[in-house]
Amino acid sequence: MGIHRGHKARPVEWLAEKFIFLVSLSTIAMVLLIFLFVAREALPVFFGETNTALIQPVIPTAEMDKHSPAELQQYLELTPEQFKAMDKDTLSMLMDVKVEALNDIPDNFRKDPDAKINTSEWKYLVQPHQWSGYSKPEFIWQPVGEIKKFNIIPLFVGTLKVTLIGLLFAVPLAVGAAIYVSQLARPRMREIVKPAIEMLSGIPSVVAGFFALIVMASVLQKLFGYQTRLNAFVAGIALGFAVIPVIFSIAEDALTSVPRAYTQAALALGASRWQTAWQIVLPAALPGVFAATVLGFGRAIGETMIVLMVCSASVMSWSIFDSARSITTTIAAEMGEVVTGGAHYRILFMLGSLLFAATFLSNMAGELVIQRFKQKLEGKK
Amino acid sequence: MNTVAPGQYLPETSGDTARMTRHFRSEKFDFSSFFFTGLTGLATLLIIGILVTILVNIIANGWSGLSWHFVSSIPTKDFFDPATTGILPMIIGTAIRVVLMTIFVIPVGVITAIYLTEYAPSNSLITRIIRAAVNNLAGVPSIVFGLFGVGFFINFIGKNLDQVLHNSAAVWGHPALIWASLTLAVMTMPVVIVATEESLKAIQPGLREASLALGATKLETILKIVLPQALPGIMTGGILAVSRAAGEVAPLLFTGVAYYMSSVPTHLSDQFMDLGYHVFVLSTQSPNIDQTRPILYATVLVLLALTFALNFVAILIRAQVRKKLRSMH
Repeated sequence: MGIHRGHKARPVEWLAEKFIFLVSLSTIAMVLLIFLFVAREALPVFFGETNTALIQPVIPTAEMDKHSPAELQQYLELTPEQFKAMDKDTLSMLMDVKVEALNDIPDNFRKDPDAKINTSEWKYLVQPHQWSGYSKPEFIWQPVGEIKKFNIIPLFVGTLKVTLIGLLFAVPLAVGAAIYVSQLARPRMREIVKPAIEMLSGIPSVVAGFFALIVMASVLQKLFGYQTRLNAFVAGIALGFAVIPVIFSIAEDALTSVPRAYTQAALALGASRWQTAWQIVLPAALPGVFAATVLGFGRAIGETMIVLMVCSASVMSWSIFDSARSITTTIAAEMGEVVTGGAHYRILFMLGSLLFAATFLSNMAGELVIQRFKQKLEGKK
Repeated sequence: MNTVAPGQYLPETSGDTARMTRHFRSEKFDFSSFFFTGLTGLATLLIIGILVTILVNIIANGWSGLSWHFVSSIPTKDFFDPATTGILPMIIGTAIRVVLMTIFVIPVGVITAIYLTEYAPSNSLITRIIRAAVNNLAGVPSIVFGLFGVGFFINFIGKNLDQVLHNSAAVWGHPALIWASLTLAVMTMPVVIVATEESLKAIQPGLREASLALGATKLETILKIVLPQALPGIMTGGILAVSRAAGEVAPLLFTGVAYYMSSVPTHLSDQFMDLGYHVFVLSTQSPNIDQTRPILYATVLVLLALTFALNFVAILIRAQVRKKLRSMH
């Protein structure tokens, strides 16, 4: 736009343009930084460098000199700077503390074979394990207690359960409403529905969570008569409230952008409005509706407060009337209590980076489908 | 463009077309059409019903708990007890964090939008990457922004600042007002960019050309012609960002919000209390939910009124911008 003149004649113009360009690069920088810094905190888990075994091999203080400084530094969990700053007496004192800590472990754990397991290894993060006291291998997320169990599968199941319920509730409603508003209803209807949808999307998720917890949970329990009052079903429906506006706006946009000639041709051939909408417009707009669902999925798996407020017990169950703990809930509930830099902290960041990757991919896929769809409608391809 | 409703667009000039039109109109009653039109209409009604139910429930139950005393006093003893509570510090905390966020996000967002509409070569690789980044930023889950705030702002920038400026005393390397605001600014950047871009596109290209033809440089044109024209759109973006950020809780959980504080924040490195987080605390941690319910509803009503009022103003301004955009094409 405009006329481009040589920048040498106008250094201020040239500087301003470069400055504006640099600032606009900050969006790219932010996405990269988010990925870098969330993944950075999780790296030790990815590479298996964390150790959560309750009983770890101990180096007796007397044998201190037999080990290299690097080994001692790793054994005492110190950074190189901290290690350098300490003299030999401090180091041997720290080693005494280590030996004492081992002696403090209660006897019943000392005999437990689980106590020697590094529970933050990938094997224990994703595969079921038969912990002592259990009759069969199980998936357990239980990050507190003497032997911390970090199996992430129950969290994935919980996330999927809540997300799928939310989508099963939201997609038919939102797409149905989008078809109605864009194809079947009078134009005036649209002027009522669109602001209503915007208001729905303006409801903060903490308010949706509050409503689900205080009002909806009891009403739904009376209606369906299930046992647990707060369960994945209630959370899923409330999640649907948050997802409906996303799916509706994108689907409605896709349906409206189908050329009017299609509709007019179908109507002229004698098709009814519903037949036109269902057999002509919807198939033509299908990629857009699909993209709406994918973007709704991305919104749903990332939603935190609703699920956090409605249900949080981590149980490995596919029943929709049991509680569920999603990935986002786990991060939100446990991040405040972890030791910075500890294994639990790193595993939470690992979950965060997986979540980021999942939403990144679903966003890219959704945007790509929409772009293709628009290009096709405009006849560029 | 043909905007006449179907069934009416055939001019009834000859007998033939007249018959055709009649035939077209007297189509047989089609049950499936009737049924499915009703079904999709029902879906629409249900969505509006959900919205109305939520609003009516909150207003009806929240109104009675609301009083001037409640919104203007500081909780003295136990904030779960209606007699001793108040939400003034939460309102102030939310307001401060949102204002700080606006200061960070508006300049960056507006400049990025200016680059995308005024300077960026359309469809070049870098433009497409920036647009993809904006889209992605809009889709990142809010809890991941919270983790980013911890990993980047607190543990990286904050801790390093402490090392350089304060000899490793923990001044910046912990959850604080500034980190929460910066995290929210990153989160709401796409909102500002998209709204500003829309309003920049709504400016008639003739204005820019006239300004350039009169000898103004590109920068002068942008500063003196384009930006003043785009002001409503920039305001819309800012208000939408504020309304989105005011209700967000997840990114604050570990970047600066406090469960209870005896005073309002006075320094950028202080923690703060927050309205949305207070709703979370009241509804999940109350020892006696029946006693807490009235103040819980009242707090929700205040939060909702705040976000809706902001949204409403933004929608009004945006409707004006869109009208202008439509009248151009």
